[in-house]
Amino acid sequence: MTDLTRDIIRGKTRAIARGISLVENNTAGREELIDALFPHTGRARIWGITGPPGAGKSTLADLLISSERKKGHRVAVVAVDPSSPFTGGALLGDRLRMQSHAEDDGVFIRSMASRGHLGGVSGATLDAIKVLDAAGFDTIIVETIGVGQTEVDIIELTDIVLLVLVPGMGDEIQAMKAGVMEIGDIFVINKSDKEGAEKLRTEVEYVLGFKYTGEKEKMNPVCMVSAKMNKGIEHLTGEMDERFRQLEEAGELRQKRKERIRKELLRIFSLKIHELLDKKMDFYNNVGEWAEMIYNKDVKPYHFINERLRFFLKKESE
Amino acid sequence: MSERKLRILIAKPGLDGHDRGAKYVARALKDEGYEVIYTGIRQTPESIVRTALQEDVDFVGLSLLSGAHNELFPRIAELLRENDAADIIVFGGGVIPEEDIPFLKEKGIRAVFTPGTPIQEIVDFIESKRDERHQ
Repeated sequence: MTDLTRDIIRGKTRAIARGISLVENNTAGREELIDALFPHTGRARIWGITGPPGAGKSTLADLLISSERKKGHRVAVVAVDPSSPFTGGALLGDRLRMQSHAEDDGVFIRSMASRGHLGGVSGATLDAIKVLDAAGFDTIIVETIGVGQTEVDIIELTDIVLLVLVPGMGDEIQAMKAGVMEIGDIFVINKSDKEGAEKLRTEVEYVLGFKYTGEKEKMNPVCMVSAKMNKGIEHLTGEMDERFRQLEEAGELRQKRKERIRKELLRIFSLKIHELLDKKMDFYNNVGEWAEMIYNKDVKPYHFINERLRFFLKKESE
Repeated sequence: MSERKLRILIAKPGLDGHDRGAKYVARALKDEGYEVIYTGIRQTPESIVRTALQEDVDFVGLSLLSGAHNELFPRIAELLRENDAADIIVFGGGVIPEEDIPFLKEKGIRAVFTPGTPIQEIVDFIESKRDERHQ
């Protein structure tokens, strides 16, 4: 076991932080680190918080941290913000709303830039969660970037997803119906003191009603919260505990986590195949030249790639 | 593909609430392609150092306009050393009299940028330390 692995498992701050950087930068040793930590994962409860920009995700996360700390749980947060597609830079400001916990030993907050990944999180978020899980945090909260309609990766990373909505979005609920509206385990209507909150709740319940026609008891909870005024949090955490209990009882949690691993294996597999074939075909170095040939109509795109692959496979089997 | 992004914490210790400068620098550095973490005003040295450790930053940029820089900047550098993180590069900015700068540098503040400094100067400073951070 390396020093880094050992110190992460012991919960040492700098080691945890370095471990996350290592997976984030895809530095040498990433795979070994994740494999070494893997046997120590699976204990933490993983919550996702998603919703449109300005819905109050960070403020809600801040209150959930407090609530967890009162129960004596150690909490880690991964807060994702977008990277600029032009400069690659990012301004990571989510923890601004959580700084009241900055001096608490039982809280670890890490900001991550999306680095070109499009699903609302970053490509390394899943591995960052593993590092935090192995480090012994009881609860891991993942906050996505402000989402629109289709950034639904969070469902593949976490055990339960809170979808945070705010009044004043009007018809946007309709527009969201097909994407992020489908991934919430619990719907949180934040800024419940504002005008239109009740109307929004009715709309959300109406949309959910379609999904669960005839089985109303299965309908996802809709919680009214005012994060700023610290209202409705206890009710929300109660619903979250209940949801967890249901998931565990029905064996769904196990199913969800297995599904997560299945997807991860698929991802690793295609990445490895990609790397392997690139190495064998020297794809990236040649692709410019090949594009030129195709532009000049010397060859056809599918035919050309199929030929290259056939050539490689034949060479391998000889 | 391995890519090493430099991460910079922009923090405001002390009691003054004037964060325009800090926010300007944070945004400008973002536009230069860095990942910038901003924590808001009135942070204690302890919370700044803990944030720097958790975020695994390469640099900590401190902004202060209250006049307490001679106490707070060295305290932060000292806390980083105590936490085995002396490798994190600390720089400062704000209303800081010229005559205080040698003292701050002696205490481990690697550069001090006073009002009116073009952002390029800060970028040049960061880039000149890139190799040091890659070791």
